[in-house]
Amino acid sequence: MALIDIEPHEIRQRMINDLQRALKKPVYKRHWAMVIDQAKCVGCTACTTACVAENHLPPGVVYRPVVETEHGTYPNVHKTFLPRPCMQCDDPPCVKVCPAHATWKRTDGIVEIDYNRCIGCRYCISACPYSARTFDKGYFYTDGTPEIMPYEKEPNFEYGKEWPRTDRESSPIGNTRKCTYCIHKVEKGMLPACVTTCIGDATYFGDANDPKSLVAELLSSPRARKLREEEGTKPTTTYLV
Amino acid sequence: MKKFIKVIVWLIAVIGFGVGLYGLYLRFTTGHRMTDYGSYIPWGLWVVFYIYFIGLSAGSFLLSTLVYVGKIERLEKIGKLALFTAFGCLVAALFSIWLDLGHMARVGNVLFHMNLNSMMSWMGILYSAYFAIILIELWFALRIDLIETANTGRGGSAGFAKFLTFGSTDTSAESKSRDHAKLKVLGIIGIPLAIAFHGGVGSLFGVIQARPHWNSGLTPIAFLIGALASGGALLTAVVYIWGPDKNKQKLNEMMKFLGRIVLALVLFDFLLEIAEFLVGLYSVAPAERLPLEAILNGPYWYVFWIIHFALGVVLPAVILFSTAVPKGRPDKNVGGAIAFACLLVAVTFIAVRFNIVIPAQINPEIPGLEYAFSGPGLKFTYLPTTMEWLVSLCITSFGILIFLIGEKLLPIVKNDNREVA
Repeated sequence: MALIDIEPHEIRQRMINDLQRALKKPVYKRHWAMVIDQAKCVGCTACTTACVAENHLPPGVVYRPVVETEHGTYPNVHKTFLPRPCMQCDDPPCVKVCPAHATWKRTDGIVEIDYNRCIGCRYCISACPYSARTFDKGYFYTDGTPEIMPYEKEPNFEYGKEWPRTDRESSPIGNTRKCTYCIHKVEKGMLPACVTTCIGDATYFGDANDPKSLVAELLSSPRARKLREEEGTKPTTTYLV
Repeated sequence: MKKFIKVIVWLIAVIGFGVGLYGLYLRFTTGHRMTDYGSYIPWGLWVVFYIYFIGLSAGSFLLSTLVYVGKIERLEKIGKLALFTAFGCLVAALFSIWLDLGHMARVGNVLFHMNLNSMMSWMGILYSAYFAIILIELWFALRIDLIETANTGRGGSAGFAKFLTFGSTDTSAESKSRDHAKLKVLGIIGIPLAIAFHGGVGSLFGVIQARPHWNSGLTPIAFLIGALASGGALLTAVVYIWGPDKNKQKLNEMMKFLGRIVLALVLFDFLLEIAEFLVGLYSVAPAERLPLEAILNGPYWYVFWIIHFALGVVLPAVILFSTAVPKGRPDKNVGGAIAFACLLVAVTFIAVRFNIVIPAQINPEIPGLEYAFSGPGLKFTYLPTTMEWLVSLCITSFGILIFLIGEKLLPIVKNDNREVA
C-alpha cells in the first residue's frame, strides 16, 4: 500500500487538481514526476498501448514497455511488472553526450528532444542505462500492404508541436525518440495517456515541487525506489516496490 | 608480380565500388529500414567500419610524422605515401559515419550547435582540424614535385599537377628547406592532434557508463595502440606495392624496419587485449562478462579466434618474427613476406573493431526488456544485413579508389624512385 489515506476513486480527481495547481505556477517552479506502484501493476500493458496510440509510435519505437519478471519455482511463483517510461533523470547521461545540443533537461524536469536538430547519431541511445530511447527508422505498420494507411501518417503532438508522418525522411523519422510524460497533454491540463488508461491506478503523476500533491506524498514513501540508482543519474520516475 | 597485385587491387576496388553502389542506392532510397541495428543495439557495421578506417588513418599519419618530425632517414621517401594513405582512410571513415546518421543533411549541427561535454562534438572539431592538416601537409610535401610534374609531365596528370600548384613556381633550395620547416611544424601539431582524435574516438566509447565493456580508462589507449598497429601494418603493405622500389636492398631494409615496428605494436595491442579479457572475465557481473563470453564463445566465435587471433596475430607474428627480426642482409623475398603479414594484420583488424562495437551492446540494460515489446530493432542480437555489407563494400572500395587514383595522378612516389617508372 502507498501508506496514504486516499480512496481509489479520489486518486484521479486529486491528480487533476494537483495538475491544475501546478499549471498556475511558472514553468521553472514545476517538477513533473511519475510514481509507479509495482504492487498495484497487473501487467496488462494498457499503458504501453495507450502510449503507442497517443504518440502514434511506429514499429520499433516504444516509450513504455512493461518488463515482466518471474520469481520463484512452482508452486511458489510470483510475477512482478516494471513499466519503464523515461526516467527523466535530473543528471541525464543522454543530454551530456548529445553532440548537437538536441536534447536537454527542461526546468520543469522533462528531458526534451529537438527533432529538428537531432542528427540521428544514436549516441544518446547508447548512453541511456535504461534503454529508454529508441530509434525511429521510418517503418509503418501497414508496410508491405498495398497502401500505407492515412491514420499512420497523422501527426503526433509531442512537445506541443505537430509531427506528421507523410514521408519517410522528415523528423521524427531518423531521430531518437522517447517518453515525454505526454507533456503536450499535461500542459493542456490533462494527465499522461499511461496514467489515464492504467486499470489499477498504479501510475501517479504530478508536481514533485508541490508538497500538497499526491506524487510528493508518495515520493516520501519508504517503498519508494529509483531504477538503477547506482548509475548516479538521479531518475525522477520512482517505483513503489 | 607487383604489377599483377596492382591490377588485382584496381579490379577489386572498381568491382567492389560498382557492386557497393547498389547498397548506397538502397541506403538513400530506404534509409535505415533495411539495416539490422535499431533501438537496443543502436550502432552497427557502419560504426565498426568508421572506427576501423579512422584507426588506419591515425596510425598511418602518426608514422608519417616519423618522417617529417623524427627525420628517420630510411623512411624519408615514404612520407607522402603515409600521408596520402591516411587521407584515403580518413575520407572512407567520415563517409561511413556520415551514412550512419539518421539525418545526414544535419551533420553540420555537430559544429554549429557544439556541445563541448560530448566527445562526438570534439570529434567534429578534431576531424576538421585533422582533415585540414593532412591536406596542408600533403600540399607542402608535394609542392616541388607538383611543379616538376607540371613542367615536365604530359597530358592530364601535368594539367592536374599545374592546377594543384595554385600558382607556386619556386623550386629553389631555399623554398625546399622552407617547405621542410613547415612540414616539421605541421607534423608537430599533427602528433598531439592524431593522438587526441583517435584517443578521442576511444573516449567516445570509454565514457559511456551504461556499457561496462567500453567504460574503461584503457579504452582510449587500446584504440590508439590498435590504430598504430593496424595503420602501421597497412602502410607497410602499401609501401611494398606502391613505394619507392628502385633500390631493392633499401626497400627490403625499410620493410624490415617497418615490420619490426608493426610486430611490436601487434604484440603490445594483444597484451592490452589479454589484460582487458582477463580482468573482465574475473567479474561475475553479466554486463562485464556477457560481451567477453560472446566474443570468445558466442555464435560468432570465429571472428575472434580465426579472423583476429589466428590470421591477425599468430600468423603475422610468426612471419614477422622469422623475416623482420633476424639481423643481417635481408634476402630478396623478405619484403613480400613482411608485406603479406602486415596486410593480414591490417585487413583482419576489422574483427577487433567489430568485437569492440557490437558485443558491448548485447547485454539488456534491464533484464527481460527484449521480451517486453516486440518490433524491428527491439532486440539484443545483431547480424549485419546484405545491404549493410554492400554499403561498407562501397565505402571501402571508395577509399581504395581515392588512393589508387591519387597515386596515379599525383607525384606521391617520384618515378625516378620506382623500378618500373
